[in-house]
Amino acid sequence: MALFGKKNANYISSKETKRISRENRRVTGEIEKKRNRKNIPESEYLTRMKNPANVVEFDDVHTYFFTDIGTVKAVNGVSFEVPQGKTVGIVGESGCGKSVTSLSLMQLVQRPQGQTVAGEIRFNAGEKVYNIVNTPTSVMQKLRGNEMSMIFQEPMTALNPVFRIGDQVDEIVALHNPSMSREQVKERTIEMLEMVGIANSQGVYRMYPHELSGGMRQRVCIAIGLACNPKLIIADEPTTALDVTIQAQILDLMRSLKDKINSSIMLITHDLGVIAEMADYVVVMYAGRVVEKGTAQEIFKTPSHPYTIGLMRSKPVVGKQVEKLYSIPGKVPNPINMPDYCYFKDRCELSCEKCGGRYPGVIKLSPTHEVSCYRYEDRREAGWLAQVELGASGRERQQEEKGKEGARHE
Amino acid sequence: MSEKMQEKAVQAPILQVSHLKKYFPIKGGMFGKQVGAVKAVDDVSFTLEKGTTMGLVGESGCGKSTTGRTILRLIEKTDGTVLFHGQDVNALSHKEMRDMRTKMQIIFQDPYSSLSPRLPVGEIIGEAVREHNLVPKSQYQDYITKIMNDCGLQPYHKDRYPHEFSGGQRQRICIARALALNPEFVVCDEPVSALDVSVQAQIINLLKELQEKRKLTYLFISHDLSVVEHISDTVGVMYLGGLVETGRTEDIFADPLHPYTKALFSAIPMPDPDLKRNRIILEGSIPSPANPPKGCKFHTRCSQCMERCRTEVPVEKDMGNGHMVRCHLYDE
Repeated sequence: MALFGKKNANYISSKETKRISRENRRVTGEIEKKRNRKNIPESEYLTRMKNPANVVEFDDVHTYFFTDIGTVKAVNGVSFEVPQGKTVGIVGESGCGKSVTSLSLMQLVQRPQGQTVAGEIRFNAGEKVYNIVNTPTSVMQKLRGNEMSMIFQEPMTALNPVFRIGDQVDEIVALHNPSMSREQVKERTIEMLEMVGIANSQGVYRMYPHELSGGMRQRVCIAIGLACNPKLIIADEPTTALDVTIQAQILDLMRSLKDKINSSIMLITHDLGVIAEMADYVVVMYAGRVVEKGTAQEIFKTPSHPYTIGLMRSKPVVGKQVEKLYSIPGKVPNPINMPDYCYFKDRCELSCEKCGGRYPGVIKLSPTHEVSCYRYEDRREAGWLAQVELGASGRERQQEEKGKEGARHE
Repeated sequence: MSEKMQEKAVQAPILQVSHLKKYFPIKGGMFGKQVGAVKAVDDVSFTLEKGTTMGLVGESGCGKSTTGRTILRLIEKTDGTVLFHGQDVNALSHKEMRDMRTKMQIIFQDPYSSLSPRLPVGEIIGEAVREHNLVPKSQYQDYITKIMNDCGLQPYHKDRYPHEFSGGQRQRICIARALALNPEFVVCDEPVSALDVSVQAQIINLLKELQEKRKLTYLFISHDLSVVEHISDTVGVMYLGGLVETGRTEDIFADPLHPYTKALFSAIPMPDPDLKRNRIILEGSIPSPANPPKGCKFHTRCSQCMERCRTEVPVEKDMGNGHMVRCHLYDE
């Protein structure tokens, strides 16, 4: 198709690739050099929280990936807070940057091509407040596991198959508590395994991961995550690989453990049901940006951004029969060439003339409810767009979209 | 098919499965003797009317997929019968089975691994059509284009390779491949669980649309209960290789009878933060199908377990309106 006049937007000549690659190396090299200095003074990475009741504050964070075909702005100006003792849910489709946001907080983004280039991530570790973006790796290693820890999506791959469960939990406990004797470490491990609801903890201590079921493995992962009573638990799709009944067990466990050790949870998932059940606050992400945030009540009762509305309508709900499911037309824009107007405009059925302008700013609908959409500039009333009928015009648009797609090559 | 047979087919349901069993042998010892069997499907019976969808739900490892595959004879059954239009599928010869395959198709779960990376999309969809000589050579290209169009693919996609497509588009290719043979019965083995919510909605709508247009019959296997409720007319709940409850979707979702079904439904997370439910949390996980518990298979995890549940296998009881349940609680 590329032969017919139009130039393929994705095509890049090898000369161009080389140029981008050289440029990338220059940029990332500079950042890496700065990071790899020895004896970075504390003043460079210690900071102050805006609100001391928060555990984490993301402030206009930009995490980019410098690839050979261009810069992917995976996280492009994300701001939100995680209050102490609360659960914040992050929803969005795959590729919207939810995982990269959490990896930026852990400083686990693949370096050197992935870099947090701007913004501040403030983490409240009690006595000190760290700006994660500038924190050197040696300090990070003390924070990870101790103060914040992560539960990964795939319990099958997150555990090492050649070590016993006991050894894997022991490792974390021993690493972060160097003063403990081996017996104490083992005691603590068994205690952790019991806390996450593994009945046969002595037996499991000596087992290998393949001897456990998916739910049990996820429990072990949670035990590893919680071994040092972290202030913040990042759960990256903790139940996606599990069955509903096991999911219910794990969610129940996470809720009770959170209260027990008084920590906060950052819950990343694409399942709106899980979010509704677990989260106090919800952050909706789309194409690397936060489009809407608020308390769980606000987001689920009065979803305001057209993307949130579409997302809610496209999920079938038990007990609510609909003839045809709504589906958001079009697809996520190319992450390399993001438009300069609202990223959702091309898929939005509620867009107006203003939407062609620059990316919309944040509009406060209530002290906690914020949305980035021009439609709320004149009418600051949460959820009024959700009343607008999407059905008929949506279908027409989809037809149109189909026709367009035929003419356009991807 | 003779005229007489066709007449019979109109009256009889399209698919009748009775006492279907599939045991996988466990080999052990020095000479590879059979030492046991994994009872993946253990006595499953149901019927499917033409143009309807039956949802099959259950935890992973309960034998949903094996049931689907055994019906299509992708795996040979151990015991029982599968009647398709009144004809025993397992009694067919190799040659007859080949013709039968065009009538029964399957859509697989993972669109990333079920498409050959070396074939262009047109070939993936058209290979079987050509092999079975379904359309004359002169109309072949038009036919493929029409199928692709029906499934929401563009004609210029024909020469592309699967890696150039997103997950949703790949699932459309899988659907087009299955439908190109003009089947009457399609097994959908978790067709949407690998997809994002908004893409999921597109694929579900497409499946429903195609069903209306072509009078398709689906066996929809999924562990996502909300999707099953949306798409199915009847639902079968499976536990450890056996159906514990079957019935019309409205009946089952409004009034689940079996304790397992109740627990399963109460575990569905609802997108409503105000909703506080009495969740029934099932303890432990599904027992090994190689050594299933005696009596009622669910008794090890059941909150309403009685003495007789441990010894006696419950029989199927009709609670009215075709709502069947296997549980001792409903004996009186």
